[in-house]
Amino acid sequence: MKTNDIILQTTTKVVVFIIILFSIFIFFKGHYTPGGGFVGGLLTSGAIVLLLLAFDMKTVAEILPINYIYMTATGLLFAVGTAAGALFFNVPFLTHAFGDVYLPILGKTSLHTATIFDLGVFLVVVGVTMTIIQTIGGDE
Amino acid sequence: MSLLHLAIISPFLLAILVPILYKSFRQIHTGWFVLPLPILLFSYFLSFLSIQEPITKSVPWIPFLGIDFIAKIDGLSLLFALLITGIGSLVVLYSVYYLSKDKEKLNTFYVYLLLFMGAMLGVVLSDNLIVLYMFWEFTSFSSFLLIGYWYHKEKSRYGAQKSMIITVFGGLSMLGGIILLYIMTGSFNISEIMEIVPSISDHTLFIPALLCFLVGAFTKSAQFPFHIWLPDAMEAPTPVSAYLHSATMVKAGIYLVARMSPVFAAEGLWLWLVGGVGIITLFWGSFNAVKQTDLKAILAYSTISQLGMIMSLLGIGAAALHFEGIEKSVYAAAITAAVFHLINHATFKGSLFMVVGIVDHETGTRDIRKLGGLMNFMPITFTLAIIGTFSMAGLPPFNGFLSKEMFFAGMLRVLELDIFSFETWGLLFPVIAWLASVFTFLYSMILVFKTFTGKFQPEKLEKKPHEAPIGMLISPIILASLVIIFGLFPNILSNSMIAPAINAIMPGNAADVHISFWHGFTPELFMTIGVIATGILLYISLPKWRRVYDLFPKKLTLNRLYDGSLEFAQSISKKLTSGYMNGSIRTYLVYIFSFFIVILASTIAVKDAFKMDTSNISSIGFYEILLALAIVVASISILFAKSRLTSIILLGSVGYTVSLFFVLFRAPDLALTQLVIETISVALFLLCFYHLPKNSKNEERIRFKLTNLLISIGVGAIVTVIALSAHSNKMFDSIAQYYVENTYEKAAGKNMVNVILVDFRGFDTLFEITVLSIAALGIFTMIKLKMKGGRKNENK
Amino acid sequence: MEIVMAFVIGILFMSATYLMLSKSLLRIIVGTGLLSHGAHLLILTMGGLKRGTVPLLDEKASAYTDPIPQALILTAIVISFGVTAFFLVLAYRSYQELGTDNMERLRGTEGND
Repeated sequence: MKTNDIILQTTTKVVVFIIILFSIFIFFKGHYTPGGGFVGGLLTSGAIVLLLLAFDMKTVAEILPINYIYMTATGLLFAVGTAAGALFFNVPFLTHAFGDVYLPILGKTSLHTATIFDLGVFLVVVGVTMTIIQTIGGDE
Repeated sequence: MSLLHLAIISPFLLAILVPILYKSFRQIHTGWFVLPLPILLFSYFLSFLSIQEPITKSVPWIPFLGIDFIAKIDGLSLLFALLITGIGSLVVLYSVYYLSKDKEKLNTFYVYLLLFMGAMLGVVLSDNLIVLYMFWEFTSFSSFLLIGYWYHKEKSRYGAQKSMIITVFGGLSMLGGIILLYIMTGSFNISEIMEIVPSISDHTLFIPALLCFLVGAFTKSAQFPFHIWLPDAMEAPTPVSAYLHSATMVKAGIYLVARMSPVFAAEGLWLWLVGGVGIITLFWGSFNAVKQTDLKAILAYSTISQLGMIMSLLGIGAAALHFEGIEKSVYAAAITAAVFHLINHATFKGSLFMVVGIVDHETGTRDIRKLGGLMNFMPITFTLAIIGTFSMAGLPPFNGFLSKEMFFAGMLRVLELDIFSFETWGLLFPVIAWLASVFTFLYSMILVFKTFTGKFQPEKLEKKPHEAPIGMLISPIILASLVIIFGLFPNILSNSMIAPAINAIMPGNAADVHISFWHGFTPELFMTIGVIATGILLYISLPKWRRVYDLFPKKLTLNRLYDGSLEFAQSISKKLTSGYMNGSIRTYLVYIFSFFIVILASTIAVKDAFKMDTSNISSIGFYEILLALAIVVASISILFAKSRLTSIILLGSVGYTVSLFFVLFRAPDLALTQLVIETISVALFLLCFYHLPKNSKNEERIRFKLTNLLISIGVGAIVTVIALSAHSNKMFDSIAQYYVENTYEKAAGKNMVNVILVDFRGFDTLFEITVLSIAALGIFTMIKLKMKGGRKNENK
Repeated sequence: MEIVMAFVIGILFMSATYLMLSKSLLRIIVGTGLLSHGAHLLILTMGGLKRGTVPLLDEKASAYTDPIPQALILTAIVISFGVTAFFLVLAYRSYQELGTDNMERLRGTEGND
């Protein structure tokens, strides 16, 4: 994709980080407010798509040297692993656990295994979206 | 899971290992790895010989449907299990020498063979009919694979297909019978059904169930008129023929008849059908065996006829249910004969198949017109053949003589039967039995003397004949020795194996079984002498009357019927399919949508479901009307869009409007997701079209078609009606309250939608991301792996 | 509002069907896209519209909108994205290989089925 839009490129450099930060925020807040793995993952891939629009495929591949298929697989492993992990505690598949932990600075923080599952979803969504876009975009 | 279950499953487990063993130890014949298993199982089953009561072990499988994997071992099961594993061991040993390890694909052969062994054990050891049916079909399936083992031969494929079609047809019919029995009794377990049966024998479904079961048994045991698959099954390697198509699988039908006897035998139809079909098969098989020139074909028809003999004995034996006292035990003697002959047949027919295999292996042909005078080259094989055929012909002192005498005795008893109008037609039974025995004698003599005596014709043989290697002879020698041992000392079997088996077929009939060699000058003995005399006469005059077989019309055979109906079915279904499958996606969509409209509209009409209730609706806001208008305008204008780009942009605008709707309808998660995904989708669409060449031909409006319009209006109207009625008919309370109450309690989250996704309904999400990954992989493959043909196209 | 939505959904389904019955592969894909939008709105409407506040417990409201349709739709949205992408690439590749996206010309011939 050939572009030499200087305005788009400059804006993108700033905006991409904001989007990614926002997507991470929305991912972690997902259990309490709108958001979660799907939206977070989609937002992140949206950011990368924006990068692709502003720069070309090669540049983006240099900035983010990620194999998105591996990323998908990792995400699936996270999700299945969390689900199967429950079996070791003699509870049904996909049972989640949660608890509160007191961290020095943050104070009372709650931890969920559901977040790990959601992380899997996040990774799969980013991986899948980017695999699709990259393979189509990279096809001559 | 008990040891008994493990015994059934163990062949399947070994089957998994066989390919690995084959690949890792190429120098060692794979058969050696397989051999220990049947021997081990045989000795395991021997340990059950002393049991008094049946042993039942159950493993739950689908308990709510009444289907459990119940392994039950009683006298009958034990007898079959011993046959399966015993003959199995000998066959595996034989196959080690029969199949060359350099030329054959031994891995597949032994996998199929083990699959069969496990399936067959499953058939005879299951008490649950559904499990039995499953294993039953598995035996058909493994038999199909084994017949088609040399799949490069046209005839193998034909035979495999034929056996599959016929036996699976029978299997399905049996499934029908099982279901009918379940409807009547409410149970799938044979032992439970037996207890209920007296109360249902007047049920209208009782006779159909009986017929269904018999079709299953007759197809499997190659009974007339379903016998036509067995001769074609002889294309299988000889060890397979010896194992499946004479000793075990074809006896599954016998097993089924014996096993279901307590259920159905009180019915007169059962006596007539089992006895009648059996005796017709006995005659037809032996009559046709005489005209065969291929050694294996003779054996195939001989197997058909012998199976018919066992079947007819079981039929006559069922008469015992109608009598008491001495008469009862008289008819039960027919069952004794059936069980005894079952064992005998496995021994002599097994050894004969192996002998024929040796002849084939060492001379390169099985055609009796080419063979002759092999006696001097293969003395041991000749001896074995003599023992086997003489036993088959029913000559003393071999075991076949004993069971044939008992068979005659049983058939003579039919004359005294005075139930189910046997007094009128019963005479046919002993007459046909005697005739069939003459032919049996005849083909037995042809088999042995045409092959081993007479003129030696070396010029017609592919190889120079010589005696087989000792390893190949071990198995037939063992079987032949059993023929003699059982002939001289039949009573070593009577109380250990035959009596328990009879007890299982005829519960509460624990008669002391005693088989004696000398009956005195009884009618049976004179019948045998008559058989021998007539048989010798016919053998000598064979060339003179052989032309009798030409009198049968060649065009009216059952095989013709089978081939013809198969072709007919194929051409009909092809015509029918191509009539509505015309390759155009539009046609298919028209079918789908019309069906959708018709089904839903008629359901709504029949159930009177349409209702419009305006009492419980939410308010209409200004923005909502605006959005609704936008979405309607956008979606209709897509229809009139001229360029691809316009329609993509319009689709995007519909998507964004939907996400705004989500905002208004209190669904923030959805709004967010829809917004982002719409962006990415539009990017994707554009990306795809960026690469596509411009093609002015596609840049035109959709041409108007009335049918399309009518169908789409119909779909739209139906959906609207459904939406309205679904909103107005509230049949259940929403389960939403559960989530409202438990989202924080059980999952410590506050966003219900997210908690449902990752916790309460995590399975949905797990599979959703799996589907996504598969879609991504599919896209990746479609683009990255281009076929060579495609590349050429591009270069043009 | 539910009544209005029922008609909106009907119109969406109608356009989608009409598009799917056309000859161009791209229009069929656009049709499936429209169809999934219609289906999502249908599910949401079925659950009742604006029955309470957003399904977030922090709102501490007396009534919440039904969260189950929303969860179902969220799954459906992402799946339909995957399906649409797959269709698109299928169309794109068949266009590349066969040089047409006219469904009438993409029929299998006798002996090629």
